Amino acid sequence: MEPIIQLTHAPLERDALVAAVSHPSVGGIVVFEGVVRDHARGKQVRHLEYEAYEEMARQRIQEIIAEAEQRWGVERVAVAHRFGRLEIGEASVIIVVASPHRAEAFDACRYIIDTLKASVPIWKKEVATTGEEWVEG
Amino acid sequence: MKIRIRYFASLREVTGQSDELLDMADGTSIAEIKKDLVTRYPRLQDILERCLCALNRAYVPPEAAVHENDELVFIPPMGGGSEPQDNGAS
Repeated sequence: MEPIIQLTHAPLERDALVAAVSHPSVGGIVVFEGVVRDHARGKQVRHLEYEAYEEMARQRIQEIIAEAEQRWGVERVAVAHRFGRLEIGEASVIIVVASPHRAEAFDACRYIIDTLKASVPIWKKEVATTGEEWVEG
Repeated sequence: MKIRIRYFASLREVTGQSDELLDMADGTSIAEIKKDLVTRYPRLQDILERCLCALNRAYVPPEAAVHENDELVFIPPMGGGSEPQDNGAS
């Protein structure tokens, strides 16, 4: 199937993403969900704001999924990222990989989230009790 | 010739705008454009030193030359490193 890529301001829908990659040939589905935490580097976080260079982000995510598909032979992948203001506990990113066997799904999912964090132009501003700043990884 | 430069995150806040059209000679290097930006926005200096360059949505080195209608974006480091020891966000 064609990979699903969602870049949206709306809350992410994990169940719909899992349903979208499900198939009778699938034996394992790995979901990574990144959620907003209430603390970072000793600070109390109030909320986060995500911003993206959307056209390039979409293109880079397509490339990363294609790499994962080639490397692990996975064929059923969904990647969703949310932008704008996110509250504590809300999901900012969801990666779903479904494959006949679990090992490939785990490895591909890990690769996609790690590579996305390092190379996709999406930025995060932490709004903490002590002030706000763009986080540089 | 004109190129479009788009600003995101900290660059957007420092420049106070999301994009602008720049007029320059064809073949100007990104490094030269950077110098010009620092003159106009001194607070960009530190940020630009940490940025990668994207020309028409692909990463390029700062020596790359720009051409008519190109879209140039300086990409500051992305946040959210997930190594446990940095205590950063997931």
